[in-house]
Amino acid sequence: MEGSLTAIGYGLSAIGGGIGVGLIFAAYMTSVARQPESQKTLQPMLFLGFALVEALAILGLVLAFIM
Amino acid sequence: MISNGLVVAAGEQQGYQAPTIDDMHLPAIFEIGSFAFGKQMLLVMLSVVIVAGFFMYAARKRAMVPSRTQFIGEMGYGMARNSLGKEIIGAHAYKPFVPLLFTAFFFILVNNLYGSIPLIQLPTMSYVGSAYALAIIAYVTWVGVGIKRKGLGTFFKDMTMPSGVPPVIYVILIPIEFMSNMLIRPATHALRLFATMFGGHLAIMVAASLTQYLIMEAGGFAALASVGSGVLGIFLFFLELMIQCIQAYVFTLLLAVYLQGSVSEGH
Repeated sequence: MEGSLTAIGYGLSAIGGGIGVGLIFAAYMTSVARQPESQKTLQPMLFLGFALVEALAILGLVLAFIM
Repeated sequence: MISNGLVVAAGEQQGYQAPTIDDMHLPAIFEIGSFAFGKQMLLVMLSVVIVAGFFMYAARKRAMVPSRTQFIGEMGYGMARNSLGKEIIGAHAYKPFVPLLFTAFFFILVNNLYGSIPLIQLPTMSYVGSAYALAIIAYVTWVGVGIKRKGLGTFFKDMTMPSGVPPVIYVILIPIEFMSNMLIRPATHALRLFATMFGGHLAIMVAASLTQYLIMEAGGFAALASVGSGVLGIFLFFLELMIQCIQAYVFTLLLAVYLQGSVSEGH
């Protein structure tokens, strides 16, 4: 069986990003459900954090293509 | 792996060849020296015509009671202005950025939706160069706005020194914040768009070519399995349609969030 080990590396890096993004959105939803008026303050923070966390998975994908 | 098993069952020697990255890159239409003009460049130019043409057509009468086209145009403009500009950048500073956000959103949206239009089926952002170009425009804009509004020193202080931290921690924090805000941020801004377009397109290609292989070459019992891969391909098509819209929105939203960091007083 043939294949690229880098793809497995990407799969591993996606685990971390997936858990992180899930936690961020879960926390955002809980806070907005409790305090709907906080949505405007939280939204920029949500997307900043989500962009940063997702960076790890994206970097993993790039490394998967380099090989 | 499933395909390999089926191929062995059907007694084939050659096996299924999944499409690779090279299959994504179409040959250029014409070349002038080292400059190659390909399908994706044609599509980028076409997208400018589509976006400009549609909104100019929608706004040509500016009737008080809007026609259906004008209503759609106004709705699109209102979305970019209010939910992307006003709510994120803030009511006092969003006005100069509305044209940029509006153009970015609809340009990317049309370029992404190319991936779902039969016969075109090439999201332009699946070429990493076009995504880089957009991210460079965004990066230059928000860094430039930040330096102009706050001055060089304050801008970099806001970017690299979050407040409310003991001074000793700054030794570690400044390099990390600089890396994440000034270097990783623009790179991921481009790569997020590229990766989702490229990945989705490749996944549809794999599903479609597997279906074709199972029907045309494996034959017999294996052809039954083509129903599975065919349904998977259709599912991926609609998933991709959704992702294409979401990614256009996310790109513009992040641009707005970065601009908000540039115009707001330190936080």
